[in-house]
Amino acid sequence: MAWFERKKEKAAIPQTKELWVTCPRCKKYFAKGDWTGICPECGYHGRMKARARIALLADEGSFTELFREVSYSDHLKFHDASGAYKDKVEATIAKTGETESVVVGTATMGGVPVMLGVMDFAFMGGSLGTGTGERICRAAEQAIAERRPLVICSASGGARMHEGILSLMQMAKTSAAIGRLKDAGLPYISVLTDPTTGGVSASYAMLGDINITEPGALIGFAGRRVIENTIHQKLPDDFQTAEYLLAHGFIDKIVPRKELKAFIVKMLHYFGF
Amino acid sequence: MKRKEKVTAYDRVKLARDAKRPHIFDFIKALCSDFEELHGDRLVNDDQGLIGGFATIDGVKALVLGHHKGATVEENMAANFGMANPDGYRKAMRLAKLAEKFHLPVVTFVDTPGAYPGDTAEARGQAEAIAKSLEFFAALKTPVVVVVTGEGGSGGALAIAVGDRILMLENAVYSVISPEGCAGILWRDGAKAPEAAAALKITADDLKKLGVIDAIIPERNLMAGLKKAILAALKELSVLPVEELLAQRYAKFTAMGRFG
Repeated sequence: MAWFERKKEKAAIPQTKELWVTCPRCKKYFAKGDWTGICPECGYHGRMKARARIALLADEGSFTELFREVSYSDHLKFHDASGAYKDKVEATIAKTGETESVVVGTATMGGVPVMLGVMDFAFMGGSLGTGTGERICRAAEQAIAERRPLVICSASGGARMHEGILSLMQMAKTSAAIGRLKDAGLPYISVLTDPTTGGVSASYAMLGDINITEPGALIGFAGRRVIENTIHQKLPDDFQTAEYLLAHGFIDKIVPRKELKAFIVKMLHYFGF
Repeated sequence: MKRKEKVTAYDRVKLARDAKRPHIFDFIKALCSDFEELHGDRLVNDDQGLIGGFATIDGVKALVLGHHKGATVEENMAANFGMANPDGYRKAMRLAKLAEKFHLPVVTFVDTPGAYPGDTAEARGQAEAIAKSLEFFAALKTPVVVVVTGEGGSGGALAIAVGDRILMLENAVYSVISPEGCAGILWRDGAKAPEAAAALKITADDLKKLGVIDAIIPERNLMAGLKKAILAALKELSVLPVEELLAQRYAKFTAMGRFG
């Protein structure tokens, strides 16, 4: 068996790329038609485009996008080895159709009016840029003004280094705005989806009155390799998974995708909305 | 002035990291007539990488918090080279809450390569501890003066750097990521750190232009100048009603990265 599987991995897989999907977590292969974004083997919930997740969570036709005019800023005229930030981010805009790494807007969920923000990992790795922070800050402020609960689904590698120190400051800005929303007696539900790390996990993603996640999601502060290099040890496979976070007390519940909306609505009902 | 202009961003990184640069206890010794260190987060630990206690600066009572890198190898190891664990940020919040209760201002000294990237730190919630600190200091009902003295390393620095006045030493740096880390990712070569340092705009001059800091403290006659600046900031802030103080702090941070 072992020799047979090894051979298959080496020879067959590259030729059938269009027909097969690999689960990023358990590395098992599935026929493309059978892959729904959720691994039938290990339960890992694959990444979703922001628009798809909005369709999943918002009542049909209820989402009205806000602050789309707020976008990235190239105030540093940032260049690296592979070229200009401006070119990269413009290419991302052209490719994804989004103008920032988070899409925010008003919606209803199970009939409850909410402010909804969903990050898109396909947009510069979901990085927290000045535009991202500004959209989240404005969303929180408008939610306070309209007495709406706030729901943010995070997916991010962290702060956007191309925007330098001001991207770091978005961690403080978003946390300050969300603190005000919570102080105003409004609930904030944070959905940490795969992956939520770095400056986003270390700011608004971890500040939920309720923090929930999906099975198998990667959630953490520092990257696995950085930690392994620091402690000179290999980390266990389940390190920084949703299940690890739950066991360590940082997540209220792991909620499968098909139950996500119902769970959020249920919490909002408990909170009197 | 001409000589000063030749100092590159990466030169400043090296200066900011210099082991001979004053550390938290040097600042405390030079600025405070009294200091009483208080320990522990009341949960699991007493982090040596982030210390705090009550201090008197020219007769003004305050809470001092700061990253601690250590002056000897033993201290370096115990303090984790100033890379705080979640316990350190939770201790800082505990002490700052106490300062708020007794109407004492807070002065923080920022000097860290970053929050500790370790397995134990992750297990105890490094991300949560930093996130909570940001939310906490944004709403703390007492004046907060921040001094970036050496390395302002990303989230681990920011966690004690949300305040009403942000001062920065002439040769300190403050960045979203270390130049080496940035070079490793965007240049795929850690040796390009000097290029990354220049591109990231991390010097005091850069940050002043970007509106992230309020004042640059010259390093000639450092302690005298710094003491004067801290006292002046505390005096200005002490007359503000709490609502006004918090409104100004909120406006300060929410204006950052807001364009057009």
